[in-house]
Amino acid sequence: MSSFLRASYTIAAKDLRSEMRTKEAFNASFAFSLVILVLFSFAFDPSSEELRTISGGLLWLVFSFAGALVLNRSFARELQNDCLDALISSPAPTSAIFFGKTLANFLLLMIVEIAALAVFAVLYDTHFSKQFWPVVLVMLLGTWGMTVIGTMFSALTVNLRMREMMLPTLVYPLLIPALMAAMTLTSDLMSGTPLGKDNLIWLRVLAGFDFIYTVLAVVFIDIVLVG
Amino acid sequence: MTQTRDRILFVLAAVCAVLLCVDFYKIFLILPDEANQGAIYRIVYVHVPSIFTGFTGFFVALAASGAYLVTGKLKYDAFAAAVTEVSLAFATIVLATGMIWGRIIWGIWWAWDARLTTMLVCWLIYAGYLMLRRAIDEPTQRAKLSAVVSIFGCVDILIVWKSIEWWRTQHPAPVLSVRDGGGMGPGMEAPIYWNWLAFMCLAAILVMVRTRQEQRSREIDSLRRMAHSY
Repeated sequence: MSSFLRASYTIAAKDLRSEMRTKEAFNASFAFSLVILVLFSFAFDPSSEELRTISGGLLWLVFSFAGALVLNRSFARELQNDCLDALISSPAPTSAIFFGKTLANFLLLMIVEIAALAVFAVLYDTHFSKQFWPVVLVMLLGTWGMTVIGTMFSALTVNLRMREMMLPTLVYPLLIPALMAAMTLTSDLMSGTPLGKDNLIWLRVLAGFDFIYTVLAVVFIDIVLVG
Repeated sequence: MTQTRDRILFVLAAVCAVLLCVDFYKIFLILPDEANQGAIYRIVYVHVPSIFTGFTGFFVALAASGAYLVTGKLKYDAFAAAVTEVSLAFATIVLATGMIWGRIIWGIWWAWDARLTTMLVCWLIYAGYLMLRRAIDEPTQRAKLSAVVSIFGCVDILIVWKSIEWWRTQHPAPVLSVRDGGGMGPGMEAPIYWNWLAFMCLAAILVMVRTRQEQRSREIDSLRRMAHSY
């Protein structure tokens, strides 16, 4: 187990280090989320009360679009110089490669999301300081689900023609339960409803989704990467 | 081998044709109009059997995908692809007939009701599966990756199904109370099951033909590749 974790840590550290040096994915996805946040203001009246009830949905749309940019590159960047083959033939188990990459993507995506959330709060005048920790919890769970599925399908589509097109077409429909739960919860929290009897079921959907797909991904990643 | 398969095909086709003729005769000429809905309720005889057939197919595809991953035999992959394709066609019929019925009874084409949404998500996932198959040329890679997608998709549909029901029951829409199927008379329900049987026969025929095509096209591909490599 410890060797698995060490291998995962090495992969995650490698990915994060190369991201810190280039800041490619962060810059692209953060700039993209800014653009979407601005575009939203044209789609509806940004000062209306209604905004609170749909804010969760908007935020998660931003997160999932920004996420696609990060996740698309996760395995594709290893194609240059045959790095992917080197990774696969390294002594690290494929599940550790996957887990490490998922961790790196998760951290990166969380940073992008927190930055986007701050901008969202400023631009659209949302107050959620009372519900800050529940919002963070929902973000952690939702982002984990998104990253697990995204990283898995990034590995799955890495050798495909039209990779950039296939990834979102496959990932978004699969993410629907997680996004639906995260959107409902975030909207509730943003409009002042605390986590409670009514929406606890969504937290369970989110956690269940994360658990099921983490297990499935770890089980199937070997088939996807090695065969 | 081919001859027996052809014979099975013809027998199935004959059974299917007879069943459909008898059934549609009953549905259109013998059964009376429904008291509240009038003639349009008859669409249920296509709608419900299609959804049964489609979902049966998706679960068969899941089993075939699992069988491919366990055994590594490409015939299971061809079978899974064929079943998914045919089931997606039935899912399309479900959506189309549902929308026509909804337009007349509810006054809108699409109601975002729990079952509609689930079906649409299901349709999207399997359409993605078929698109993925088209994007991969190498047969073993295609089989492997699409089997994984099929398993992920099937699990997802189970989660979607439950969660959309929770999502919608939290905000009950008035449309739910007029759902069909609840108050059907005993004579009116039987044609649904007979049609299901007929549709299953039809699906089996289509799957057999598609599986054979799928296998043939793979053989042709590998022959072409061999020819190129010389």
